Amino acid sequence: MQAEVTPAPKPKVDQSSAISHKRAKGYNLHAGDKYYAFAFLGPSLLVLGTFVFYPMLRTLYLSLFLTNNVGRPTVFVGLKNYIGLLTSSAYQASLQATAVYVIGVVALTLILGLLLAQLAVKKLAGIQWFRTIFSATMGVSVSVAAIFWLFIFSPSIGLFDQIGNFLHLPIVAWLTQPGPAMFAVIISTVWMNLGFTFLILFGALQMVPQPLYEASAIEGASESYQFFHVTIPMISPTLFFTSTVTLIGAFKSFGLIDLMTAGGPNNATNLMVYRVYQDAFLSGNYGIASAESVILAVIIALFTLLQFKFLEKRVTY
Amino acid sequence: MMLTKTHKTLRYLVLVIMAIIIIGPFILGFWTSLLPTADIAKGTLFSTHVSFQNYVDAVQQTAIMRYLLNSFVISVLTMAAQLLFCSLGAYAFVFLSFKGRDFLFYVILATMMLPFEAEVIPNFATVRQLNLLNHYAVMVIPFLTSAFGIFMLRQSFRQIPPELKEAADVEGLNHWQFYWRVTLPYARISLFTLAAYSFLESWNQYLWPMLTTFSDKFRPVQDGLRQLQSQETFNNWGMIQASAVIVVIPTLIVLFVGQHYFKDGLNEGATK
Repeated sequence: MQAEVTPAPKPKVDQSSAISHKRAKGYNLHAGDKYYAFAFLGPSLLVLGTFVFYPMLRTLYLSLFLTNNVGRPTVFVGLKNYIGLLTSSAYQASLQATAVYVIGVVALTLILGLLLAQLAVKKLAGIQWFRTIFSATMGVSVSVAAIFWLFIFSPSIGLFDQIGNFLHLPIVAWLTQPGPAMFAVIISTVWMNLGFTFLILFGALQMVPQPLYEASAIEGASESYQFFHVTIPMISPTLFFTSTVTLIGAFKSFGLIDLMTAGGPNNATNLMVYRVYQDAFLSGNYGIASAESVILAVIIALFTLLQFKFLEKRVTY
Repeated sequence: MMLTKTHKTLRYLVLVIMAIIIIGPFILGFWTSLLPTADIAKGTLFSTHVSFQNYVDAVQQTAIMRYLLNSFVISVLTMAAQLLFCSLGAYAFVFLSFKGRDFLFYVILATMMLPFEAEVIPNFATVRQLNLLNHYAVMVIPFLTSAFGIFMLRQSFRQIPPELKEAADVEGLNHWQFYWRVTLPYARISLFTLAAYSFLESWNQYLWPMLTTFSDKFRPVQDGLRQLQSQETFNNWGMIQASAVIVVIPTLIVLFVGQHYFKDGLNEGATK
């Protein structure tokens, strides 16, 4: 038994903390929970402090310095790393490539995910099979997806070149030309995302109350009218959630890029995270890579904040 | 609403086309994994030299099974740790009163905004100083807990009726007992979700293990495939595809088994 004595049934009002009492919906909270709080929360705080908080501050700090080749700060340069980055055409190109990639991935994932969900929600014979297939890519990890698609896009033996060859189309060097390479990584990412997106949107579609459709059908609404005036508004919270999740995921893309293009050709797919990796761990420019990390973190934090603000409205306390 | 016959046919047509697009890469990967690399290299995908030789080669000549084992160990450890530490942390935020509780909660919430990808530089320095490089520990210790897990379980624990806590107080249960006997069983669906989430999250790690592991003994499967793809086996497409299929099969099975569970869980929640 623990040393703490559980108080006898006490008066309903907990004097120790009126605020937390209100916040916790009437659980009896006792003073003297300090020992428990320390034991329960200690491990999490230690890990988050060491691997989330400290590194963020350290990254900020390093971004203001030039560093030696093992990452120790040497010369304080203030914001020069940032200014240098934002005025360099290579970094601007990386930001631009990231924007193209993120927009392409989010748009295609949502459109196709919605199409799949809409197709699968109608009851038809054998629909269960299609639902299973549509969610299948959720079980695919990043390396497997990259290898499957690497083969599909590979020169001359790959599926696309073979089809092109069969139809006597000009051969496209998918992964060694800037435009096609970007297309290839976007398509591969979308495919990998679809399983998850489908499941979430399918779940949302199933929750739309049927009477809404029946009522609008009686009034003669067409299927496409229903889709835009009933379905979309009803699932808009889920659509918003999936788009921010997909967007944040796309900003963090690394594995697929590393395996399929390694940032190439000619830096055409050198997205933000891949650049951080290159500058820090291949070139040893830790100060600059830290500044790039901070820029990345700010962008992702802004979008996460947006997501929170929205979820806050939906979560009922 | 009645679907007309043409309408129905059209629907099936679109369904089948989409299904082929989704499943195509799987089928192509699986099919080529059965072909000799020489045939793949010639572009003869309709080869009839079908065998499991690539699988035998992959298992015998590469460390693919070791990679799988490594990933399994790392993911299970991470999952177990997150279930424990996230639930303890969430418990503290719901059932304990201490100074600065709300402030701490917002601090933890704020960490959900910070991407790990942007913090690898100091984290790499930290694990190097702690002598954790190239070991299972380096892929588990930074992920022993997660802000997301604490947040999610806190939401779930808040659904526990206050009467239960009051009754437990009357019975004389202390916090450990209430945590173990009431809170965890009550929130089992959320715990299951966190388990699945943390396992997959760990299984899919790529950048961090790539930076911190240098030998097949500890290398997880994502980086193992990278290794196979970039090394001497490059262009041995048959064997690479076989390795990819070996890697994807366990997660596909887990997904299909889990899907039924998820569906039941959802139905249960909906009919309450």
